[in-house]
Amino acid sequence: MPSKAAFFDVDGTLVKTNVVHVYAYYAMNRGSVLGMAGRTLSTALSIPLFGAMDTLDRKTFNEFFYRYYAGLSEDRLITIAEDMFEDVLRPALFEQSQDLIDQARRSGCKVVLVTGALDFTMRPLARHLGADDMIANKMQFVGGKATGKVIPPIIEGANKANAIRAYCTKEGLTLDKCHGYSDSASDYAMLAVVGRPTAVNPDLRLRSIARAYNWPILDLK
Amino acid sequence: MRPFKTLQKLYDEESQVVITEKGSPPRALFYGEGFLQEDLPVGTRVIFPRPPMAGVPNVKAAIRWAINHPEGMDPLHALLKPGMRLTCVIDDISVPLPPMVTPDVRQSILEVVLELAADSGVDDVHLVIANALHRRMTEAEMRRMVGQKIFDAYYPDRYYNHDAEDPDGIVALERTAHGEEVSVNRRVAESDLIVYVNVNFVPMNGGHKSMGTGVSNYKSLRHHHNPKTIRDSDSYMEPKSSALYRSNERIGRNIDKHLKVFHIETTLNNRMFGAPTDFLAKKEEDYTETDRLKFQALRYTLSKLPRAAARKVLNAIPAPYDVTGVYAGATEPTHAKTLETSWKQYVVPVEGQSDIVIFPIPFVSPYSVNSILNPLLVQVMGLGYFFNLNRGVPLVKKGGVLILLHPAYDEFDPEHHPSYIEFFHRLLPETRDSMKLEHKYEKEFAENPSYVHLYRKNNAYHGVHPFYMWYWGENGRQHVGKVIVAGAENNHVPALMGWDRTDTLTEAIEEARGFMGRSATISLLRIAPTVMVDVK
Repeated sequence: MPSKAAFFDVDGTLVKTNVVHVYAYYAMNRGSVLGMAGRTLSTALSIPLFGAMDTLDRKTFNEFFYRYYAGLSEDRLITIAEDMFEDVLRPALFEQSQDLIDQARRSGCKVVLVTGALDFTMRPLARHLGADDMIANKMQFVGGKATGKVIPPIIEGANKANAIRAYCTKEGLTLDKCHGYSDSASDYAMLAVVGRPTAVNPDLRLRSIARAYNWPILDLK
Repeated sequence: MRPFKTLQKLYDEESQVVITEKGSPPRALFYGEGFLQEDLPVGTRVIFPRPPMAGVPNVKAAIRWAINHPEGMDPLHALLKPGMRLTCVIDDISVPLPPMVTPDVRQSILEVVLELAADSGVDDVHLVIANALHRRMTEAEMRRMVGQKIFDAYYPDRYYNHDAEDPDGIVALERTAHGEEVSVNRRVAESDLIVYVNVNFVPMNGGHKSMGTGVSNYKSLRHHHNPKTIRDSDSYMEPKSSALYRSNERIGRNIDKHLKVFHIETTLNNRMFGAPTDFLAKKEEDYTETDRLKFQALRYTLSKLPRAAARKVLNAIPAPYDVTGVYAGATEPTHAKTLETSWKQYVVPVEGQSDIVIFPIPFVSPYSVNSILNPLLVQVMGLGYFFNLNRGVPLVKKGGVLILLHPAYDEFDPEHHPSYIEFFHRLLPETRDSMKLEHKYEKEFAENPSYVHLYRKNNAYHGVHPFYMWYWGENGRQHVGKVIVAGAENNHVPALMGWDRTDTLTEAIEEARGFMGRSATISLLRIAPTVMVDVK
């Protein structure tokens, strides 16, 4: 029974994609020509806006972005998730992601993915990497259709840290012995809450934070 | 210029030991990436390295002779069979210091061995660097070590660094009678013949340590890289005084029982400094006016350069070492010959121990080639290596004072020494007790996925390496009564180490005398080049 876990952010840390790519894939596979064209166009037009919002505030970005799932059926989303893993996520995996996860497991850690993406989109990836568990956002479904709203609390920023803390309490893990891996300064709270944080492919802000706090810096690219 | 008669009076030309008198010149002393010029108290015993021995006239001829007349084994050509699997295991960049001028002796050995292998129909040949838990060598370093031709032919598929953390790359052999685990690189273990290419920079290199440590892993190394073994070692430099060597010997004999290892060991002389800086190997009494000017120019230049630039300058000067001996064959008889030659070059007999011993710490160590001599490495140079440069009896008396000359700056290389940073800033403030550190934190650092990843994929020392550096200083720490770092530029590094600090060497000597008494005897070991004392 492990007493520690390794918490991995996904986007930019283990794979070179973000939620926009995932949504774009869904838009492309909407099922009807008109729907597909409409969603593709609106997604394409929204990308600069997404980029700006993501830079400013990840939480607002996520809330805004998930509205685009409204109306899609649950079984369709799950089916497409499998294809999306093969088409989008697997090719986008960094070369050394699997090595790092395997090493974490060999060192006696439970491997947990922590992501702002929706759980059904990440399940095939978690299975492929051999993750033991996942902390992710959950879409609200009414009558089998996505409402576009995420069941709170939304997993992002400071909430990632709260979710990790709650997870450790629930699973009987020692937070101080746990490892955290992320690429973005927006995950500072997640890294600060664990005892053994590591910056992976860090952005400039996270790199300077990691240097200041003497956190190890990895490059999986 | 002093008259020759006066100089003659000051020291005996034949001896490497000079007693400081009133008219003695100031000493040129290493101080990290710079130099100090210090007058020492009258009566201070200064121990100089021996002058360089003559090198063999033709290195390749010496290599060929050695592999054709090996100790306790058939000649190499008789061991090579068509279709066999051959692995050459090579000492890594930690020796010699500084890196030698090209061609490196390892290149010369490989050129002879690989040519012979090709002539014998041996095609399945791999070159494995025995870096154990040291950092992986970079492509450029690997190229420099074996030369362009071999590099082009073998890199990267058949010329690579040993990976002690590859889950599929290690084979466990039977344990020793003491229960020590014996692990070896898989390619090495599955070879019909292993040729170990060694550079014996100091007597602790080579012999059973080559295979027992170089291509092993953490599980096996922890049996001798631990505080208890280090405490039980009187000197790392003499096999019979070293528990560390005895453990390696048990492991090595097990390896020899299962694998066929043909060792090629080489010894180097003391020619550490080439033409522009050759005065550094002289006694100050022998300095010419030109030498004095060159020293002042070097000292001034280095003091004005940013530290990183000074490092670049110093690291850019390779050492023009000569090869003084090449020996080949079975582990023990080969190593016995190597040690004989090594001691001939390094050992200086001295009368009795001293109350106070001064170690100037130079800019380089086995673990900071092309990098930074961080505080833990300063510690390992002073209390680990220099303290152990003897044959069982340390130069400093039990309870005496060690004075280290170094700025003791708080600088680390995050690329090469990431786990050192955490060890220094998180663990040392809690405890300096090696036993506690081993018990409480060693495994955690050794298994930390981030450090393992940096060791395997980048150029970082293994996560457990800072612990080894700390243990390395253990017998020195247990022996001395006080350590003073003279010229330390801050308070917190010496404080974390448990050392005192002073601004100058003079103040350090005063403090040491206050601790040991006014009549305390003082010695200064004038490293580099390498010198070992034989205390009578």
